[in-house]
Amino acid sequence: MPYGFTGKFVEVDLSSSKVKVIDVGEEFYRKFLGGRGLGSWLLWERLGVDWEKVDPLSPENLLLILTGPMTGYIAGVRIAVTGKSPQSGGTVGSTIANEVGLELKTSGYDGLIISGKAKDPVYVFISDDVIEVRDASKIWGKGIRETHKLLLRDVMPELRKIPTYGEPKEPAMIYIGPAGENLTRISAVEGKYAHAAAYGSYGAVMGSKNLKAVVAKGSGPLPPVYDVGRLKELLYKAIELVPKKVPRLRIWGTGQGPWRYGRDLSSIPVRNWQEEYWERETYSQYDLEVYDWVKRYWADFGCPLCCMKVTVLHRNGEVVITDAPDYELLAYEGSNLGIYDVRDIAHLIWCGEELGFDMINAGNVLAFTAELFEKGILTKEDIGFEVRWGDENAFIRLLKLIASKEGIGKVLAEGTYRAALKIAEMKGLKPDEVFKYAVQAKGIAIGAHGIRSGLDYPPLSYVTSVQGGDHQSVAMLPLDAAPVVNEVWAAFCDSAVICQFNALGGWDFVFEALRAITGWDTTKESWVNENAKRILTLQRVLLLLGGPDVYWDPRIHDDNPPRFYEPLPSGPKKGQAPAKADITKLRSEYYRALGWDEYGIPTEETVKQLGLNGTEGALKRIKNRLNIG
Amino acid sequence: MPLWIFREYDRCSGCRYCEVACSLKHEGIIWPEASRIRVFEYVPGITIPVLCSQCTDYPCVSACPTNALSVDGTTGAVKVDEGKCIRCGNCVEACPGRIPRILPHKNAVLICDLCDGDPECVKVCKALGFNALIAVDKWPGSHYKLYARTAEEISKAYVKKLYRIDVEEVM
Ligand code: SF4
Ligand code: SF4
Repeated sequence: MPYGFTGKFVEVDLSSSKVKVIDVGEEFYRKFLGGRGLGSWLLWERLGVDWEKVDPLSPENLLLILTGPMTGYIAGVRIAVTGKSPQSGGTVGSTIANEVGLELKTSGYDGLIISGKAKDPVYVFISDDVIEVRDASKIWGKGIRETHKLLLRDVMPELRKIPTYGEPKEPAMIYIGPAGENLTRISAVEGKYAHAAAYGSYGAVMGSKNLKAVVAKGSGPLPPVYDVGRLKELLYKAIELVPKKVPRLRIWGTGQGPWRYGRDLSSIPVRNWQEEYWERETYSQYDLEVYDWVKRYWADFGCPLCCMKVTVLHRNGEVVITDAPDYELLAYEGSNLGIYDVRDIAHLIWCGEELGFDMINAGNVLAFTAELFEKGILTKEDIGFEVRWGDENAFIRLLKLIASKEGIGKVLAEGTYRAALKIAEMKGLKPDEVFKYAVQAKGIAIGAHGIRSGLDYPPLSYVTSVQGGDHQSVAMLPLDAAPVVNEVWAAFCDSAVICQFNALGGWDFVFEALRAITGWDTTKESWVNENAKRILTLQRVLLLLGGPDVYWDPRIHDDNPPRFYEPLPSGPKKGQAPAKADITKLRSEYYRALGWDEYGIPTEETVKQLGLNGTEGALKRIKNRLNIG
Repeated sequence: MPLWIFREYDRCSGCRYCEVACSLKHEGIIWPEASRIRVFEYVPGITIPVLCSQCTDYPCVSACPTNALSVDGTTGAVKVDEGKCIRCGNCVEACPGRIPRILPHKNAVLICDLCDGDPECVKVCKALGFNALIAVDKWPGSHYKLYARTAEEISKAYVKKLYRIDVEEVM
């Protein structure tokens, strides 16, 4: 086995409760690393023949929980969650900062492959050689905080079973809330109250399997590394490099974003992206910092940067415990809903996270609903109450309806794209009349970074990304452009399974670290031209196969949402919007850079060259469906 | 003079770099459970570093039936004679914080040895800028033992202090 890996995966079939440990060959690690890359390959291998027919919310789908070669060793522990996405019909490498990655590896496994569906609610417990499917019926239906506590109480006595061994540390856990249990397509896999693997809606995939949580505790060491002395040096170098390079992240997290992106760069969503500029002074992390952060630092295992802080709010008898909201959620539960008081925003985020929502995709749905209400497409009769900008209580009521799929909540639980289709049908409108207000890409809400001002994200970002609106994995040219959110770079972080912020140390630093761990001579060039292209091309194939309920046509869907072509109505970049012709041109350049044809379908030559053997047939299936060539 | 590691819970981020540094030094690999300092997080955000307190009366040393434990004359650390330890767990039971750790994969109990006076965890925590662990002179006094408590006990107290919430709601 290569250094840095255990070489073993746990397979759990929930339909039969059968558990098995399998070996994954070195070749696949080299080709795909782990996490997002390896996950896409495993999904292709196991579900590829019938991909279009696999309902992501059926027992046929797989849920993969994967580490990568760098997980646990360096730069902020994470775990990647993937499967066929209920949002895009492709795959999303959704990662969460969580010690499950560490505990799996120290138990002796690189990942978990979960198939089937349990009869009753269960959770999976892994501790070294013990792999069990356990009853979760008492935890099912519970919110996030209660779930965390009940799992802890359930597991600790087990971990303490040999008292003379002393106190074991707490297990790591990832879990879902009601939004995932009830299969909303805007649900997250959460951990430590406020962390989430959000894009892709794998919370619903867990829910569809009756799987409430995965709990892990390992007692062994991480697998041996190639050069432990060098690794140690790099661990110290990471401290020098990352927090010093971006001290703002240590100090504020990304919470300084509303001013930066809203006032300075005009790229924050305001009232469902009707504007991208605002002027309210109260809208920043500042009020939380001086009144409500009870703890300035909150890191995950191995993170030298530490962008999280702990926030506690006592409001009307409720005790809100959460992290200091990051920029994305400050925007999505803030300006995009017309709410500008940070404490209201933090409270709303907490309410949504307690229910198990991905608060970017859920926030996108809330704003979409509020605009449909404003425009008179959805009425008080449809919803049951008025949904006006700035009305936090209305949004909380809406979240509850969605989580339990009651009334209009049933439609909205489908996420913005599918809800738009349904609402158009309900109202006898042409889909485009509703899509006008849907700010998403390939079924996935667009993260809180606009492209219109030209000051923040580049215009291509969401057009050709294989992860739709995911703001942490966007398309960029040239392919080796340095910014962390570049898809080529994101594919590395999500496959090595490390934190993107900690990779801010730069290409050289991460490849040096990868070498110290695995002994591999990966370079920036080999990563960009071989591995990244391989991973993105495979994800592209799966995305274009899609199905079973929605399919993408690159000629239509490789585009920005309509709203992004409306000129900005306010701010220093008033009047600005990208020209469609420019986007089309950039799109073609991107296809070419990746070795895809003029429709954005990978060519046979490309898939052969990348070693994606067996995908040629899938290319034909895509072309047949699209009636091309 | 013997030294003591002061632990400031408020400043601890939970980054576990101390566990990484400790296990790299003592085990030559990253091994969080074998680290002599371990940071517990029963409740998200409540991160509690736990390590030996070098109680002035060393109950663990007295409890050991094979004399595997002794006190280092210079640093005051508890020293483990690996050949003599029979993994009986008497030291764990004697310690008010149940701090010594016996792992299935190890032949002897693990207790902080203060790195012979230059603790790795303290260095790395300082390098990180968190300064949750500070090496101080161990002046005479019996109060050091006050810090030998279980992670559970400290966590419960900290939940009340930081979150002002009923412990039953979170643990
Ligand atoms: S290195 Fe310092 S801040 Fe990090 S976990 Fe250890 S004691 Fe806490
Ligand atoms: S804290 Fe525990 S291990 Fe340390 S000296 Fe006291 S009894 Fe012994």
